[in-house]
Amino acid sequence: MTNRDYLVHGPTWLQVVLIAVLAVPAAGAAMVALLPSRADRPARLVATGVAAVTLVLTLLLTAAGIGDRGWFEYGPDDARPALPWVSVDAPWVPALHIDFHIGVDGISYPLVVLTALLTLLCCAYTVWKVPEGGPGRTLAGLLLLLEVGILGTFLALDLVLFFLFFEVVLLPMYAVIAGWGGAGRRRAAQKFVLYTLVGSVLLLLGVLTVVAAAGTGDIVALTGGEGLTRNTQYIAFALFAVAFAVKAPLWPLHSWLPDAHTQAPTVGSVILAGVLLKMGTYGLIRIGVGVTPRGAAWAASVLGVLAVAAILAGALICLRQTELKRLIAYSSVGHMGFVLLGIATLTTTGIEAALLGNVAHGLITGLLFFLAGAIKDRTHTGDLAHLGGLREAAPTLSGLLAFAAIASLGLPGLAGFWGEAFAVVAAVQRGGPAWTTLAVLAAIGGALTAAYFLRLLRTVTHGPATPTVSAISPAIAGPEWFAWAPLVVLVLAVGLIPALVLTATSLPVFSLSEAVR
Amino acid sequence: MTAGAAGLLIPGVPLLLGLLGLLLPAGDREGHEPRRLAAALGVAGAGTSLVVTLLLLLTAKHPIEFSEHWVTVGSIEVTIGFATGMAALYVALAVAVVALFVQIYSVAYLHDDPRYAPYAAQISLFTGAMLLVVTSGDLIGVLVGWEVMGACSYLLIGHDRRLPEAPAAATKAFLVTRVGDIGFLLGVAVLITQAGTSRIGPVLAHDYSAGTLTAALLLILAGVAGKSAQFPLHTWLPDAMAGPTPISALIHAATMVAAGVYVVFRLYPLFDRTPAATAVLGVLAAITILLGALAATAQDDMKRVLAWSTVSQIGYMTGALAVGSPAAALFHLLTHAAFKALLFLAAGAVIHAVGTNYLSRMGGLREHLPVTFWSFVVGLGALAGVPPLAGFWSKENVLAAAAHATEGGGPAPVWVAWLVWLAALFAVGITAWYATRLLLYAFFGVSRAHGPAGPDWEIGFDEARYTQPATPHDPPGLMRWPIMLLAVPAVLLGLAAYAPGFRTALELENPHLGVAVALPMLLLAAGAGTAWWLWAAVPGVDPATALGGARHLFATGFHLDKVQDRLVVRPAVALARLVTATDERVVDAAVEGTGTTTTHVGGALAAAHRFALPAAALLVFTGALVLTVVAVGAAT
Repeated sequence: MTNRDYLVHGPTWLQVVLIAVLAVPAAGAAMVALLPSRADRPARLVATGVAAVTLVLTLLLTAAGIGDRGWFEYGPDDARPALPWVSVDAPWVPALHIDFHIGVDGISYPLVVLTALLTLLCCAYTVWKVPEGGPGRTLAGLLLLLEVGILGTFLALDLVLFFLFFEVVLLPMYAVIAGWGGAGRRRAAQKFVLYTLVGSVLLLLGVLTVVAAAGTGDIVALTGGEGLTRNTQYIAFALFAVAFAVKAPLWPLHSWLPDAHTQAPTVGSVILAGVLLKMGTYGLIRIGVGVTPRGAAWAASVLGVLAVAAILAGALICLRQTELKRLIAYSSVGHMGFVLLGIATLTTTGIEAALLGNVAHGLITGLLFFLAGAIKDRTHTGDLAHLGGLREAAPTLSGLLAFAAIASLGLPGLAGFWGEAFAVVAAVQRGGPAWTTLAVLAAIGGALTAAYFLRLLRTVTHGPATPTVSAISPAIAGPEWFAWAPLVVLVLAVGLIPALVLTATSLPVFSLSEAVR
Repeated sequence: MTAGAAGLLIPGVPLLLGLLGLLLPAGDREGHEPRRLAAALGVAGAGTSLVVTLLLLLTAKHPIEFSEHWVTVGSIEVTIGFATGMAALYVALAVAVVALFVQIYSVAYLHDDPRYAPYAAQISLFTGAMLLVVTSGDLIGVLVGWEVMGACSYLLIGHDRRLPEAPAAATKAFLVTRVGDIGFLLGVAVLITQAGTSRIGPVLAHDYSAGTLTAALLLILAGVAGKSAQFPLHTWLPDAMAGPTPISALIHAATMVAAGVYVVFRLYPLFDRTPAATAVLGVLAAITILLGALAATAQDDMKRVLAWSTVSQIGYMTGALAVGSPAAALFHLLTHAAFKALLFLAAGAVIHAVGTNYLSRMGGLREHLPVTFWSFVVGLGALAGVPPLAGFWSKENVLAAAAHATEGGGPAPVWVAWLVWLAALFAVGITAWYATRLLLYAFFGVSRAHGPAGPDWEIGFDEARYTQPATPHDPPGLMRWPIMLLAVPAVLLGLAAYAPGFRTALELENPHLGVAVALPMLLLAAGAGTAWWLWAAVPGVDPATALGGARHLFATGFHLDKVQDRLVVRPAVALARLVTATDERVVDAAVEGTGTTTTHVGGALAAAHRFALPAAALLVFTGALVLTVVAVGAAT
């Protein structure tokens, strides 16, 4: 890779924006940490302001995607991979071939915006309500730090940099769960951090394998598996797959998730389910399929089988859950199973379905966790046996829960439909007995998903109000509306106009799936 | 605006107004502003669709097509499309008319319901979704409408908070149809991945291999069976009667349950060349026709009689499709929409007046409810197929098509045509029997309102909270007018077969009444006569007692609920229990075990490092020795 000039793109102001997307929340986190403890509420307001600025900055990046289409001139025949809209590349540790190379394209952009949005909503929610356990400003600062790590992961175009950002996320999340969580928070946080660290070690091994073999960590240059032998790709993909499967999480490597979610505070759960899990699926697409395509093709059927196992196991386990947040956590296992099934098909339809599923799950499950948090805050229990008749006591909250649950079970017209239905379509498209069977099983999993969400609604919303529920006030606070309304609107908007997510993905996804062939 | 773009308004306006309506706060007093606004939005939604459909029907001379790019997922392009022939416009018209009447009727029927606003909005959403199924030119659009209807049906069945069985019935309705929809989604997936597009036109024109097509259509039939309450996925419909009666009229009689029939009609060019699919459809139709009719004979709940008769009548439609006459199916769909909506709305008036669903608590209502009574006479007459009411003509068409197909030439094998014809013929007699029984038992004789068990029956149903008037009376105007207006098509729609425009739109054959009419008429007379004779022999006693031992079997719908419970629900629950146990005791235990083992090993190693100095020194030297030996060995 002597000439890397072609990798640096975009007008200077957009490159500044790109760097600011990472720098602003990082600076914000530092600022919040430095504020004195008596300025707790101002600190939380500052954090919210910083998160808002970051969201605006990410929205500015749209200009790069919409404006000059010059970078899309490489047609399908061109051997070069699709290039990012805008990128920044600076040498960092030249001796080790590590560059500070970040950029954004159609695959990462929706997730970048989703991250910025959810962080803003969570920061604003924290201004209103701080969970017990510690000072609110620390929590807000940690949320910003998390944002840096997650955004960095989505923006990184260098393998080592990707790994570093991937790791940055761990400790703040650990602190959020351990500091502001429920009764069993320490244990859950430890399990989360140790389990995902194991995944990280494998990721590091995979990254080093690729960097050592190819002599570069540049993801753009590596996309398509250039310069990697077949065996290297197999080994590297196996390592990547397990590492990302832990993060996603893919059954049976999921067991950190229910504990972490059940114990985490509301904002922690929202970030965890909304965007943190997406680092796994995003990594699988960008690095697993992108950098080691032959490995991906080699392991696709195994991945498909595990994905369907995750869908079915997640749904069946949900049928037996008795705790609200734990049920939603397990439902994530099933939903991420659909995303992974889409990826495993390695078709353009499948990968685009996965990208849609990623964003939809982030919106819907984010909303579900917000609502579950609101219910738990009001009733002080998440035990389904004590919840019932919510629509008698709090009709609006109950209606929102029904909306989120129906969205989550994949109702067409709402966001969840596209990712799941088209993952099944993609599996049918792959054809052959094996993939057809997987498609059938995944569709059955879809019906089971409906079963457990309807069971949830029947228990929580219908029937006479239980004593716990009838005592609550139906009012919904302004900050709660502020946090929920954007998600409700986006769930509907993405459902009606899925192109919001998919517009700019076709070329990068096409180049990914071409490399697999 | 082109006709096609205007056509998008037909589903679009009710959907949009429905979404807006969901934002309204639930008004809790009559005349309260949100309540009026909710009613206005609901009526405006259905009304706009009705007007646009009428305009298109009057102006359009040829099928309308319009499509606009929606989204491209990978290699599959999805469009927002409007594609209707004249037949589809007639179906849309029927949907819009019934929806409008139901919206108006509901204003009075739910006059004291605090959650009227979301109810009206959900009806609007439902109407839009149904019209989307009818008018969409794209299979994904059909799928969207199909599922949104299911969700609205779920929400509306569960509307009543006082009914303990309503949430369970709602869940059952959604889940059973969703099981069918596994097939529907997969079938659509097969069709669109093979054709490379989800637009219906190219899909119909695509040359599928025989095996693929059979598989895809059988899968779609699973969805059709779920939505249209065909055996073996019909079990949700009788329970769905827990929903408010106007909902039963709209969703569970006139429109949604007919959507399956409509989808087969829409994809008929594909079915036409797939004998296996039409054979399966025919066999299921024959079973459904008889199953529904027999189950309807023994119900005590008036709405359940009508629900089972819906199951049976939709069997006539799928039967007509199986024997190669989509026109007859669609004709019966339209007449059925009219007379069944009429029957349900009239049933709502009865329930409104007497405060119970149970026939055993009615009796002698004829004098108090003349309008309702005559509506029932018309509706039940049309249902049974009494000439010249609507049902007679359409049922005659179905029977003629089946009889014709027994001579060969239909898409399905000849034996299937025989099966459908015989089932449809016998069911004419059974239908006449239960229709007569319903009419006599509810409206004639003396009132059984205060039965031997006392007035405990007032608890339970939604309708029960209306204060019981001293004497039952016909409903208020907002409820009475929709009923009376619906009686018009229930009487006259059959004669539309003589109207050339309507006939060509549906591609119906010229009506011809030959000797073939004699056989069903004979059965009709026999069925009605038997019921009359039983009633006349012992007035005031339910003619269903004559069924003897079979009565319980029929009343429970041949115990198919239990079969479904044993074959599907319990295994699924057992599997869930197993998987959860595995997840906790194997998968998670392995993780936890790794954790504790590591801690123990660490502890043991830590202990091992606490040797006394001499022992430690010995170990170090031993280690050094071993390393030296290995190094030397490796060097040489």
